[in-house]
Amino acid sequence: MKYISISNNQAVSLDSIPELPYEEFLESNVGMLTDSPERHCVNYFGFWTGVYSSGGPVEDQYDENKNRKEYSENVKLICCIADDKTHQIYVSSATVAPEVVYESFTARNHNFEKYEREMHEAFGIQYNNHPWLKPVRYSHDRAGKAETIENYPFFGADSHELHEVGVGPIHAGIIEPGHFRFICNGEQIMHLEIQLGYQHRGIEQLFLQKKKLAELTTLAENIAGDTTVGHTIAFVNLWESLCGYRPGRSLHFSRTLALELERIAIHTGDMSAVCADIGYQLGNSVYGRLRTPIINFLQEWGGNRLAKGLIRAGRTNFPFSRKLGARLASILDEFELDFNEMTSKFFKLPSALSRLEKTGVVTYGQVLEIGTVGMAARMSGLNRDIRSSHPFNLFGEGFTHEPVIKHHGDVYARVRLRRDEIHQSIGYIRKMIADIPEFTEVAGVKLNPQRNMFILSLVEGWRGEICHCAITDNEGSLGLYKIKDPSFHNWMALAQAVRNNGISDFPICNKSFNLSYCGHDL
Amino acid sequence: MFENIKIWWHQGKQYIPDVTNAKLPGIFRGRPVITRSGVDEAALVELCPTGAITGNPVCIDLGKCTFCGECAFRFPEKISFTSDYKLSANVRERLVVKEGDDKGIVVEPSKVRKGVRSLFGQSLKLRQVSAGGDNSCELELNACNNVQFDMSRFGIDFVASPRHADGVVITGPITANMAGPLEICYNAVPDPKIVILVGTDAISGGIFADSPALDRDFLTKYPVDLYVPGNPAHPLTFINGVLDMLKKQ
Repeated sequence: MKYISISNNQAVSLDSIPELPYEEFLESNVGMLTDSPERHCVNYFGFWTGVYSSGGPVEDQYDENKNRKEYSENVKLICCIADDKTHQIYVSSATVAPEVVYESFTARNHNFEKYEREMHEAFGIQYNNHPWLKPVRYSHDRAGKAETIENYPFFGADSHELHEVGVGPIHAGIIEPGHFRFICNGEQIMHLEIQLGYQHRGIEQLFLQKKKLAELTTLAENIAGDTTVGHTIAFVNLWESLCGYRPGRSLHFSRTLALELERIAIHTGDMSAVCADIGYQLGNSVYGRLRTPIINFLQEWGGNRLAKGLIRAGRTNFPFSRKLGARLASILDEFELDFNEMTSKFFKLPSALSRLEKTGVVTYGQVLEIGTVGMAARMSGLNRDIRSSHPFNLFGEGFTHEPVIKHHGDVYARVRLRRDEIHQSIGYIRKMIADIPEFTEVAGVKLNPQRNMFILSLVEGWRGEICHCAITDNEGSLGLYKIKDPSFHNWMALAQAVRNNGISDFPICNKSFNLSYCGHDL
Repeated sequence: MFENIKIWWHQGKQYIPDVTNAKLPGIFRGRPVITRSGVDEAALVELCPTGAITGNPVCIDLGKCTFCGECAFRFPEKISFTSDYKLSANVRERLVVKEGDDKGIVVEPSKVRKGVRSLFGQSLKLRQVSAGGDNSCELELNACNNVQFDMSRFGIDFVASPRHADGVVITGPITANMAGPLEICYNAVPDPKIVILVGTDAISGGIFADSPALDRDFLTKYPVDLYVPGNPAHPLTFINGVLDMLKKQ
């Protein structure tokens, strides 16, 4: 057997994952993606084998100066390939030694580009044919300490005609830090390299350091503030399954509802930001103000505008009442009136459309090659939506989700995608609040993770596929926690989108993707 | 043209006329109130994910609190969160709420640094630096200038260049990778300048406080003029804090 087949949120014993020789591991995983757009890699990561074979506690990985101890052990790699048709995830593993040089997956399929760079950075694994082997986030516990964020090896162009433009890490607006290096021919962008890592907070290691569920949930809530609901759902779904707990319908209901509300709020805010970047003041103000009633509703429901504190494993502090349902219905009615009025104006305004159409194009072939997920895949005709392919919570039970797909891959496609997804989410919410399940508190829920397990949780956040993976050790504590924000794949799509565009179009390209720095840097 | 006017008309009046007395909709977890009733203090202290709660007497440090509200749910007779959003202070100790206290958190006029009010009272330009922030405080700082909160009307603005700024606003726990750029940015701001910390992560490190990936030396080197708690800080918390510091009411 080359892999074990699991479904979303299914915990399996770590030992049940087949281990292959590296060559076979490579052939099997790369082979599964060949000519199969319905398959993509949802996670690929490694860990020091010594951690589990010794059975010792996780703290032993670090010395008193909080540096990772030198390990003579090998690295175990785990690769997870999702199949959207069979709704299964195929998991396999291999063990490698950091001092040996390996063939890269990336040379055969670019889906794996970031994962292998990440493992090169963390463990010092060398690949002989990786096209772009650079650190991704300069994590504090990286293998090569000599590689620092200040001496990042940017791609350069030795030319009298071309010039380089550097931006960041601190950008002009109130946004997160990253360094962007453009190579331009006059106004035209030839190449963009995006260097991230400034936001690296050591989150994945903190998941192992912290022991209390309240701490872990708080960590999940603070991975990316614009996707609080998405990441927290990924964590609680994972945790409950890991503990063998099956939540009732009312918990599924409140999570699904919060996720769709977050989608509406951020999409509306992004439409405002795109309007701002083309100098369309009316659109900027109206969409900007329309975000407010949605996030204020989250506050009415859970006391926080970004839904922090709302989602908890095994319970909720904020049962969704009929009164809240009626209130939400009236908010959505008012929202829709103003949203539709603004949208009908915006989408027929020639001066706006001329900036959006055919700007920042990424083709179907490119998104498939990069392996983008979520909106950044659906904008170019690639159907990737976890809500329909690997359903979670109410999806697949309450209603069947039909992903919104666009085909042009330009800024306009991304804006239309947002508009349509806002309408779709409003439709879902209306259906949901017509039948609010009674909340019944389950007393004395004990959430104790099973030992030596592997689990993977997928959620379709507003930006796309969120993947959390966990492995427990033989005491039932977290031995590994691996988070993947959709941005991890999608930053490369932005770099492709801006090629051959004017540098002044960079802001709308950037805003139309709205990728996460902190979700990437972790 | 008429369509534009129609849209504009349908938006109605969005701005909050009085940002110092606005009421927030629904529930909001703002300043906590701690009663003197006896509870299992050890359990209460143990409950808090960021160690914001200490016992004997029970105190909550809003600089560490993530406002998750778990303490109020488990010990409703002991702790409740009010909707008071005026949480900013210029003295760090002022953020600690003790049991039996039910007075607002204020900016102490005598502790406002000399020159801040006379120089920046009419106009304050700020450069924001996200130093490991999770983008939630950044979203709310952006919201400070939307049509509802409209902070610009008080002469307070965010600017692109530190050379144009009177101070820096820091969000996030200050990662090691951002420590250098933050200091460069701070040094590029002309003197005299102020520092404002926004959000739990910036004030204490929050849930990330013991992460080895942080470098918070900046805060030991330079004075902090205002602490704005919250996770994220609400726009009204920020606006009122800055207005209090500048004495603009």
